[in-house]
Amino acid sequence: MPAAAPITGPVLSVRDLRVQFPTRRGVLTALDGVSFDIAPGEVLGVVGESGAGKSMTGAAIIGLLEPPGRIAGGEIRLQGERIDTLPQDRLRRIRGRQIGAIFQDPLTTLNPLYTVGRQLIETMQAHLGLSDREARQRAIGWLEMVGIPAAAQRVDSYPHEFSGGMRQRVVISLALCAEPILVVADEPTTALDVSIQAQIIALLKRLAREKGTAMMLVTHDMGVIAETADRVAVMYAGRVAEIGPVRAVVKAPKHPYSAGLMASIPPLDRKVAHLSGIEGAMPRLSAIPPGCAFNPRCPHVFDRCRHERPELIETGSTRAACWLYDPASEKQAPELLRHG
Amino acid sequence: MAAFILSRILQAIPVMLVVALFSFAMFAYVGDPVAIMLGQDFTEAQRVQLVHDLGLDQPFFVQFATFVGHALQGDFGLSYRLSRPVAELIAERAPATLELAFCAALVALLVGVPMGVYTGLYRNSWLSRAFLTFSLIGVSLPTFLIGILLILVFSVWLGWLPSFGRGDVVQLGWWSTGLLTLSGLKALILPSITLGMFQLTLIMRLVRAEMLEVLRTDYIKFARARGLSNRAINFGHALKNTLVPVITIAGLQLGGIIAFAIVTETVFQWPGMGLLFIQSVGAADIPVMAAYLLLIALVFVTINLVVDLLYYLVDPRLRIGRGAAGGH
Repeated sequence: MPAAAPITGPVLSVRDLRVQFPTRRGVLTALDGVSFDIAPGEVLGVVGESGAGKSMTGAAIIGLLEPPGRIAGGEIRLQGERIDTLPQDRLRRIRGRQIGAIFQDPLTTLNPLYTVGRQLIETMQAHLGLSDREARQRAIGWLEMVGIPAAAQRVDSYPHEFSGGMRQRVVISLALCAEPILVVADEPTTALDVSIQAQIIALLKRLAREKGTAMMLVTHDMGVIAETADRVAVMYAGRVAEIGPVRAVVKAPKHPYSAGLMASIPPLDRKVAHLSGIEGAMPRLSAIPPGCAFNPRCPHVFDRCRHERPELIETGSTRAACWLYDPASEKQAPELLRHG
Repeated sequence: MAAFILSRILQAIPVMLVVALFSFAMFAYVGDPVAIMLGQDFTEAQRVQLVHDLGLDQPFFVQFATFVGHALQGDFGLSYRLSRPVAELIAERAPATLELAFCAALVALLVGVPMGVYTGLYRNSWLSRAFLTFSLIGVSLPTFLIGILLILVFSVWLGWLPSFGRGDVVQLGWWSTGLLTLSGLKALILPSITLGMFQLTLIMRLVRAEMLEVLRTDYIKFARARGLSNRAINFGHALKNTLVPVITIAGLQLGGIIAFAIVTETVFQWPGMGLLFIQSVGAADIPVMAAYLLLIALVFVTINLVVDLLYYLVDPRLRIGRGAAGGH
């Protein structure tokens, strides 16, 4: 794809992203060679266990890695423009304006001392240069759009006067109010009641479609992914294990790790005596094995996995970082994985 | 709101009564006023007459009630030492102490808060380290030593500022102010710094600790993710959230500044209430001591009320009922 085609090209393009944390006991590599694209209006789900690097990928994209974490390699392009090397001041103008962010816990994301209206107004005024009056009108409009009843009165309420679900709606309006082209939503429903989760997901989906906003949806909830995402990236130990259309990855995962992940979701239509999981635990960042990071837990492991690190290999409609799909490997994927 | 203020005032009444009891007890247990007033030669009849005139033959609670009743009208009797009404003495001295305390608090806040914000934002800069070292000195050096050192440097060696007194004062009704003359202002500088130094370093360290805490919160991260300017985040969102604890401490410290101006006033021979108190202690001038004690208690109670009201201004979560759904 030519780089100079910002209209047809991906909204976000992450290439070989590497994030490192210098510590006293050496440098930890938290993200290692992460690559993916998000097309305009597309929802990319990012799944994986805790510590797989999902949230960190989001933080790196919005340029808010917790120090001492830093981007040590690779590149991040927004509509073809490189943003990972921008100075903080330029990046600030992109945050909120072109990339919106939604955080996990709506109870702690809003400043308790400012009214929600003020927080919306200051965000819009920081990016859109609106008059006070116009910004206030739009703030009320946004609150209506995210489904807050009596928005004209509630605009002057403080965050603590809203319930958790309502606060997350406010957070969503804050992320979208400057009409960004991409939203990074980091576990937007994890802290909410199950009954509220579906509403918030439906709202996000509807707004993203209406505004044509692309979305990176980080979650560990496969249900949310299946319902919302167009494509899904499965992450493991700071790497992308598999990426592809959500239907293919959920129904017929190719990477043994994705297969294990899908198998660990309890089916609702039949009783299972024993819930299957994946043996072992994800390695610590300081002890990622050579070769494929998943090799010590992989049921299909063979010699090559222990020495050579697999790149993403095209297989069917998805791409998996697994040597089973390299025709040159001495061992090929078993029937079970080939057809799901 | 009115109900809240009323309830706080009602709570203050027992506090004031207890303090009144202590000051009243001083009359009975610190020295014997009858002996002091009679002098060396007296007859038993004179003594009984005086005891009766002073109401000392009344039951304890009647005496206490009389004391409280008079105190409410601002009548604390005559100073043993100066033979003038205590209320008059205190009214004469109060402006000096209040002006000094006000300037000291101003120094502490105007210097302490920015230094705290700076050291919170730029934790590792050499200037922050310098500020922290300085604050350690400020906290650990006793007030009188700071005062003496300042006098040594700025009055004795450099000769820039006066070493004692208030300078020229202007009379505004009963209030005498040193804020309107050059010599009055110059005389305020050293005592204000001396008195405010401890508070300054305390406020700086408090603001720094609170800033570090607040800057780690999600809403600050989210404010950054919304692309707000650093100025808006650091001085709007972050600083405002540090204010509740800072107001508490600063308020209580202001009470402390007024109450403990004694040392600074002694070092600088500042003609305030503290100096009056120290001189009264030396002469066992109990009416003055009792009145001073009550006045300081009143100052603390009032400041506490103001601090509580400021919370309401700063933190909207307190405005509607206590224990409303909070995020923390």
